[in-house]
Amino acid sequence: MRYGAIVIGVSSGGLNALGKILPSLPQNYPIPIVIVQHVSPRSDGYWVESMDKVCKLFVKEADEKESIERGTIYLAPANYHLLVEQDRTFSLSTEAKVNFARPSIDVLFESAAEVYGKELIGLILTGSNSDGALGLKKIKEEGGLTIVQDPETAESSAMPAHAISTTSVDYILPLEEIQKLLIKLSESD
Amino acid sequence: MAAKDSTEIEIDLLLEALYQKYGYDFRQYSDAHIKRRITNRMVLSGYNTVSEMQFQLLHNESFANDLLHDLSITVTEMFRDPNFYRSVREKIIPILKTYPFIKIWHAGCSTGEEAYSMAILLTEEGLMERATIYATDFNQRALDDAKQGIFSNNLIKEYTFNYQASGGRASFSDYYTADENMAIMNKNLKKNIVWANHNLVTDSVFAEVHMILCRNVLIYFKRELQNKVHRMFYESLINGGVLCLGSKEGMYFSELKDVYQELDPRQKIFKKKY
Ligand SMILES: C[S@@+](CC[C@H](N)C(=O)[O-])C[C@H]1O[C@@H](n2cnc3c(N)ncnc32)[C@H](O)[C@@H]1O
Repeated sequence: MRYGAIVIGVSSGGLNALGKILPSLPQNYPIPIVIVQHVSPRSDGYWVESMDKVCKLFVKEADEKESIERGTIYLAPANYHLLVEQDRTFSLSTEAKVNFARPSIDVLFESAAEVYGKELIGLILTGSNSDGALGLKKIKEEGGLTIVQDPETAESSAMPAHAISTTSVDYILPLEEIQKLLIKLSESD
Repeated sequence: MAAKDSTEIEIDLLLEALYQKYGYDFRQYSDAHIKRRITNRMVLSGYNTVSEMQFQLLHNESFANDLLHDLSITVTEMFRDPNFYRSVREKIIPILKTYPFIKIWHAGCSTGEEAYSMAILLTEEGLMERATIYATDFNQRALDDAKQGIFSNNLIKEYTFNYQASGGRASFSDYYTADENMAIMNKNLKKNIVWANHNLVTDSVFAEVHMILCRNVLIYFKRELQNKVHRMFYESLINGGVLCLGSKEGMYFSELKDVYQELDPRQKIFKKKY
């Protein structure tokens, strides 16, 4: 299989958007998924539990030094940046906010692009800021596949629009099509 | 195996120089973090390659200080993770109360917010008079700020929220005096705090203590180095002493995890077994 990981960045409107993609992925979905969702620094991880209930894949918060495994959806913990290491484990960091956000999508995407190169799929969903645009550009530069939610269909269009204006992305699609594409990509070659 | 890419080689060499010339050892910090900080500084200072920074590092001490500051990440807060401090009040204070005197070590105290938070908490619990807080960091700039105990006023709102959520018994404003820009922590909070420069990687055991707080420092270390520092903490703690890690740090990988009992697993509070 060609792809080693999927990274997803999402902000306002994220719960709905993810709720339309993640629960439909099958239990044997072969590509690990790592998500930065902007949440309040005091969020208690309630989202993880509720998403785990409706997903066939195991949903958990990423722990430091944990290795990235298939069958799992990882979420960046509130108030920490999440980075991917060369040995495909996670690092956490409390460094300053990037794009007013911690966790920041750019931080995850840029570090993941360095590790997975063309084996990476980057996906930007709804959000009302510009985080993730530079990270997605980096993924493209490293040969990875880039997907952005069609801004017209997004609850907040700014984040997808910024991503599209920064990079010539491979796919611009509504959520239902993104969900189908993710399945198709996991079956290819 | 593919050859290492040039940037990685350059980073290795830069860290080597930083160690040999200035004694700061970042060679076992996590790679993604180091790479991010170094390329950040590179862009900020207008260089195109990490090698160009090597000359600056060796010949320009203020550049070296900037780089050191970048690598050490000093971001912190008063009463960060209020639930942690709540747990300190409920689960650790009763233990500390059984000792005639108390020594607490804040390792990686940065600009001191945690140490002041603890001083406030101990004051409210009536333990400050018999306590000594050793607050250490290897970043002298941060320590110098910490000693001042002066914080920007626009942080006060957040700190007040944290303080209240942590179970604070008074009004947070009792602990500082403020003008329009700055809040200055009360002098009596500092009385029993000893500020000291200590490097967790290159220095040895610091003192025998009843409680160690090392929060959001070990996340930057590779496993081997984490284990080494954990051994040092273990040696420094008295039997029955308490170790507190950051809220996303575990002992999962530490070879020492069986010698501690979990006092509050959610808040990452561990007690050294007798
Ligand atoms: C993110 S801050 C954590 C501050 C505080 N403990 C907190 O959790 O809010 C990390 C601190 O660890 C310090 N540090 C990093 N490596 C260190 C080392 N080898 N020895 C001592 N301090 C270190 C840095 O200078 C920085 O002040």
